[in-house]
Amino acid sequence: MSEAQTASTSGQAAGTTRQAGTAGVKRGMAEMLKGGVIMDVVNAEQARIAEDAGAVAVMALERVPADIRAQGGVARMSDPDMISEIIAAVSIPVMAKARIGHFVEAQVLQALGVDYVDESEVLTPADPHHHIDKRAFTVPFVCGATNLGEALRRIAEGAAMIRSKGEAGTGEVSNAVVHMRTIRADIGRLTALPAEELYAAAKELRAPVDLVEEVARLGRLPVVLFTAGGIATPADAALMMQLGADGVFVGSGIFKSGDPARRARAIVEATTMYNDADLLVKVSRGLGEAMVGINVTELAATARYADRGW
Amino acid sequence: MSDPRIGILALQGDVREHARALTAAGARPVEVRREAELDEVDGLVLPGGESTTIGRLLRVFALLEPLRAKVAAGLPVFGSCAGMILLARDVVDGRPDQPLIGGLDVVVRRNAFGRQVDSFEADLDVVGVPGPPVHAVFIRAPWVDKAGGAVEVLASVAEAPVAVRQGPLLATAFHPELTGDFRVHGLFVDIVRSSRSVADRR
Repeated sequence: MSEAQTASTSGQAAGTTRQAGTAGVKRGMAEMLKGGVIMDVVNAEQARIAEDAGAVAVMALERVPADIRAQGGVARMSDPDMISEIIAAVSIPVMAKARIGHFVEAQVLQALGVDYVDESEVLTPADPHHHIDKRAFTVPFVCGATNLGEALRRIAEGAAMIRSKGEAGTGEVSNAVVHMRTIRADIGRLTALPAEELYAAAKELRAPVDLVEEVARLGRLPVVLFTAGGIATPADAALMMQLGADGVFVGSGIFKSGDPARRARAIVEATTMYNDADLLVKVSRGLGEAMVGINVTELAATARYADRGW
Repeated sequence: MSDPRIGILALQGDVREHARALTAAGARPVEVRREAELDEVDGLVLPGGESTTIGRLLRVFALLEPLRAKVAAGLPVFGSCAGMILLARDVVDGRPDQPLIGGLDVVVRRNAFGRQVDSFEADLDVVGVPGPPVHAVFIRAPWVDKAGGAVEVLASVAEAPVAVRQGPLLATAFHPELTGDFRVHGLFVDIVRSSRSVADRR
């Protein structure tokens, strides 16, 4: 595998060659998901409900984060049979999670044909020191981040999409808010710095200076920034969009609620019309019970997924 | 004549990239989410995104019929990728209940080139875009399976049409908005300008 896998094709004009696995198609794929909702699903039936509700993609995993918390044990990549069933069940993109640093799980997911790999802190990390070298893959990766430095370290490793980590499986949005605000504030500071101060900024952020310069110039990340971790209601999704997220991951919030199909539709509509309070009223009515949730402040330090990775 | 006002359907997808491309091509982009906003544009872009999601939201927010009426009345529309699917009269490998706007006399095959690991970049000669080839980014891209007699094929990959035009309707299976080369958007802005001057003469 190489960054630019070249395959020549026959029977076409001008001897066109196709380059797969480029940064352009990896980052571009995430651009197409913007304004959309990506939903955690654990089987084909849930995947169909998500697609029917208007999800832009589904995230295949064995247990939603709330169950991983409740049941404990090691959380790993999903069963390939389950992932294949989900791929067969829906026409939208299918993502799947690999453990932090577990590059062989990622190789398996790529060979299965998943469209995006989430190197996720929700699963039990396989390597306490090193994340996956994501540049070595044709499949694109999304990674979690709590601040700008972390986001840029993942992008340097080849991540083509970033999501705030939040605190998955809690149904409590506060950490997603903190992470999104932190990333945006870190970016805002960079844009105000004179060029010669970006080197020291890179040192403090523990991130490559070329990426720091790019962020200072663009005023945003060079890749799409979604939000994740604790989104449970349409208002939560709209909150994160108003805070500047490009789109929303919803994990336990849908299938741990009273009426998943209805809540899924409501969160999709709220993500599109996030600035329209009248619409938010309408879609927030009659959703049944939200997931019960856990207050993040009551979590033991060892139970915080956001602290996994660096 | 002032710069044309071109709407971008902003329910989901890469709206920002199309806005940047339209500005560079000499148009004024505006986001469109409501029916009333449709009446204020000289042309419309259907962005890349997830066609099943956008189609469902078109139905939920009651935009499907107004859009069909606009297309029937001759509004210039450019669709990239998901936008090409939405403009097609029919789709293969889509969802059976997937809403389409229609208007373009083509049958499009969804995800025709394969999954994301098959997504690719390639240089293409595009009819109507003079100069060097267009660098085209294909992401889980469709292609045109069947095209009616009124449809002009502007570019192909492996003999499958990937850029087509039928009067004021333009569609590409690839994403010209993702590269820094905005000549395809320039072609669409020209279509909008000439359609507007026709309207002005009436």
